[in-house]
Amino acid sequence: MSDRIGVEARDRSGEVRQETMIINMGPQHPSTHGVLRLLLELDGETIVSATPVIGYLHTGIEKNTEYRTWVQGITFVTRADYLSPFFNELAYCMGVERLLGVEVPERAHLIRVLVCELNRISSHLVTLATGGLEMGAVSVMLYGLREREVILDIFEAITGLRMNHAYIRIGGVVMDLPEDGPARVRRLLQVLPERIDEYETLLNDNPIWRERNEGVGVLDAAGCARFGVTGPMLRAAGVASDLRKDEPYAGYETFEFDVPTRTEGDAYARYRVRIDEMRESLRIVAQALERLEATPGPVMIEDPKIGWQARLSVGPDGIGNDPEYLREIMEESMEALIHHFKMVTQGVRVPSGEVYQPVEGPRGELGYHIVSDGDHRPYRVHIRDPSFVHLQALPTMLEGYLVADLIAAIASLDPVMGGVDR
Amino acid sequence: MPVERLEGIQLGTTPEEVEAEVERGVLTTTLDRAIGWARKQSMWPATFGLACCAIEMMSTGAGQYDLSRWGMEVFRASPRQADLLIVSGRVSQKMAPVLRRIYDQMVDPKWVISMGVCASAGGMFTNYAVVQGVDTIVPVDVYVPGCPPKPEMLMHGILTLQRKVRTEEPFR
Amino acid sequence: MSPEHLAAAVRERLPDVYVARGEVVAVVERDDLVDALTWLRDREGVALDLLLSITVTDWPHAEPRFWVAYDLRSTRPVRRLRLKVALPGDDPWVPSVTGVHPTADWHEREQFDFFGVRFDGHPALTRILLPDDWEGYPLRKDEPLGGVSTWFEGARLPPVDERGMA
Repeated sequence: MSDRIGVEARDRSGEVRQETMIINMGPQHPSTHGVLRLLLELDGETIVSATPVIGYLHTGIEKNTEYRTWVQGITFVTRADYLSPFFNELAYCMGVERLLGVEVPERAHLIRVLVCELNRISSHLVTLATGGLEMGAVSVMLYGLREREVILDIFEAITGLRMNHAYIRIGGVVMDLPEDGPARVRRLLQVLPERIDEYETLLNDNPIWRERNEGVGVLDAAGCARFGVTGPMLRAAGVASDLRKDEPYAGYETFEFDVPTRTEGDAYARYRVRIDEMRESLRIVAQALERLEATPGPVMIEDPKIGWQARLSVGPDGIGNDPEYLREIMEESMEALIHHFKMVTQGVRVPSGEVYQPVEGPRGELGYHIVSDGDHRPYRVHIRDPSFVHLQALPTMLEGYLVADLIAAIASLDPVMGGVDR
Repeated sequence: MPVERLEGIQLGTTPEEVEAEVERGVLTTTLDRAIGWARKQSMWPATFGLACCAIEMMSTGAGQYDLSRWGMEVFRASPRQADLLIVSGRVSQKMAPVLRRIYDQMVDPKWVISMGVCASAGGMFTNYAVVQGVDTIVPVDVYVPGCPPKPEMLMHGILTLQRKVRTEEPFR
Repeated sequence: MSPEHLAAAVRERLPDVYVARGEVVAVVERDDLVDALTWLRDREGVALDLLLSITVTDWPHAEPRFWVAYDLRSTRPVRRLRLKVALPGDDPWVPSVTGVHPTADWHEREQFDFFGVRFDGHPALTRILLPDDWEGYPLRKDEPLGGVSTWFEGARLPPVDERGMA
């Protein structure tokens, strides 16, 4: 980049003058979607080159998992991409279950699909809200976060936390749905479709929205393949690639839903794809809810050496160990107490091996490359985060555009810096 | 787990300190009280959202847990225009000098809320990459624990800070 | 295409291929890496055109010490393959694959940042996630986890890897 400083250009009268400025954008900036730093070389308002500098949120999650048990690893990876925590947990747990060679109960699959699709909706709502805010549509921010609150209330009722849940565990999920869980989700299913209609009415044919988003940040299918881009960006470029259809996992092959695609590959197309995906996720949630009523059963694998044996229930001060279970381990059976102790402090022993487990996250293919050496701690956990990969495509998407288009392009790319930097 | 118990260390608030603080509050003049009241009513936070806590901070500013009840929905991007720095999220080693620079660019009077356990003490990330508590970099007024703290917890932290601002001596 | 079919389709070019847990894994020498990736990308019926991630694993008590894993995928229909290269501990370098898959750029920088494995031919091999003046390669197994010991009211808790827990 240093040899392009002083690029000369001719203005209309034919005189030569020195042109470009190097501007630093971020890491603290209201519109860079988190702690992303961009080194912009500007020719007036036009971007000559944009170099992303990342690492401002590097947390050392991958190294930290090597010093904790397998189950504790769940609490770490759930905070990597903090807007889609369930997907992180799901990919990690599915990878470990593949190494163990176990199957989870049917009801656990259904609950996993339910919470993951709700997470997809809430993640797309944040994309919409922050994208709107960055482009000046402040109402969209408030509407998006309003809807998201309803979903977070559901998460809080089911898992006890609004974000970073550690709910999906190795062998299933840690607790069954609460009594009022299905009713809450049903209420969401009534409310949300109209709200999504509201967004579409507000934004789809809005001249300002279209003007700022159409033709901005174009990345066609060939460009996507070069940069390893998957997810809504690839679908907006015309390729109907969705791991839930192409390589189904967790029972997705038994659900009915479509994969929305567009052909333009610009920011507007990505926005439309995300809106349509929210509707498809609602369809899946409705089907999952029906099937959950018809599928009673355990939500955690029976094998005592693998499943999280503590039965949890809601007590006076929140979710904690079930009093019945406490009575059993404290008063009745010494073996149960010892087993509980060993499972909590050391946990599962995973046979040695290596596995790559992908899931279709809201931003693209989220993959976990997990290596085990037979111990009760992971040996290496590498997170293939889609945002990390997509940010590489940013310079190509931006060259020749204006600074205002940069904001729209980044918003449509939807990077979550927790996943980028891990 | 080896935990060292140290002798002769006293941390926290003693009854004498509480009394002194109350006395200070009682002895504050009308002008000081007015200044304290005005300052707490009109705090503008700086946008310093880092990680998951930033999302909860956004939720606190959004419709359901409305921060504009206290005039704080105006998140100023420029630190020169802000007087409250809510450090929300884990601070990595690369981000630490940036945090210090933003804090230095803010104009007096300024306060810092350390939101979440990662900002307060490094959180669950006791490793090479995360600063183990931002109070090693900037002076913190209120620590809000949680991972992430619910919006109500953050609001409680903000109200605690407002109580502190109202009763502190305005010109230190 | 099932994993066994894919393994059979690549066996002529990559003789050291096997199927484990439903995944196709092939081991290559580092001199053959770029050529093998190009073949896998351009071969009809295989068309592994997406490089998903590059993962380095450190086995400090074994020789070769470092193993680099390239996870590949074809866009549609989905086929997956993992390519692995072994590197000696005293001279860990591997040719860069950015010429074949431009997306490898940041992945290689990240693994260099964490492990110190050099990617020969990379356009700009610099640190990406850690500060530019960081010393050491933290994800190697002989590097500590770090983090200061935490002080509480009247007590001190040492860093995680010094606590002596199993």
